[in-house]
Amino acid sequence: MTEILVSALLLIGAALMLLAAIGIIRLPDLPTRMHATTKSGALGTALIMIAVAFYFAEVAVVTRALAVIAFIIVTAPVAAHVIGRASYFVGVPLWEGTIKDDLKTSYDPETHYLRSGFEEDVPKKPAASKKTTAAKAKPKR
Amino acid sequence: MSAYVINLVYLMLSVALLLGFIRLAKGPSLPDRVVALELVASIVAGMVGVHAIYTGVSSFLDVAIVLALTAFLAAIGFARFLERGGPRDD
Repeated sequence: MTEILVSALLLIGAALMLLAAIGIIRLPDLPTRMHATTKSGALGTALIMIAVAFYFAEVAVVTRALAVIAFIIVTAPVAAHVIGRASYFVGVPLWEGTIKDDLKTSYDPETHYLRSGFEEDVPKKPAASKKTTAAKAKPKR
Repeated sequence: MSAYVINLVYLMLSVALLLGFIRLAKGPSLPDRVVALELVASIVAGMVGVHAIYTGVSSFLDVAIVLALTAFLAAIGFARFLERGGPRDD
């Protein structure tokens, strides 16, 4: 019984990791790649650690496996947020099929200033940056 | 533990590792490579768990803990480096 449970958890976890790897190789730009790797990579590791906990079934091992899971679940979103933020500031290009980029109209790359849209004292930017990349999306890929 | 399942899981994780390494080698920008490195570290942590089951030595879990920790620190460090460095062309 335990063997079936452990086998199923291992296979599902490995399949999720394989899915994350396929996503990182197939998706077109950095945020979509992070979308693939962060969530399913963390879930795959968590499932494999749950399998380890069920297989050994000792207090010390279960505690360590749960520690790994808690650590991954806490740190994976933080790391993804920090890398995504840094990549946007550095200017990594988005996919040309991107239809929504909220930061594009409210973030100023020169002054590093992010407007919320509710300020009165800061002069509004001209609406020239309204046109998004979707307008000039080419059916290339 | 059935050897068939263990071998299959090892195979899947190895293919995932290979795909992650391809993105690490050819990723057009530095953040792509950082994301690929994080995925590789996470896959290796999973592989360590599978190896702990395969050998029956539970001490391998400490390796998984350390791997997860250092991968997180590396990601934070690379992000700080990127934000300090400004626009780049790689």
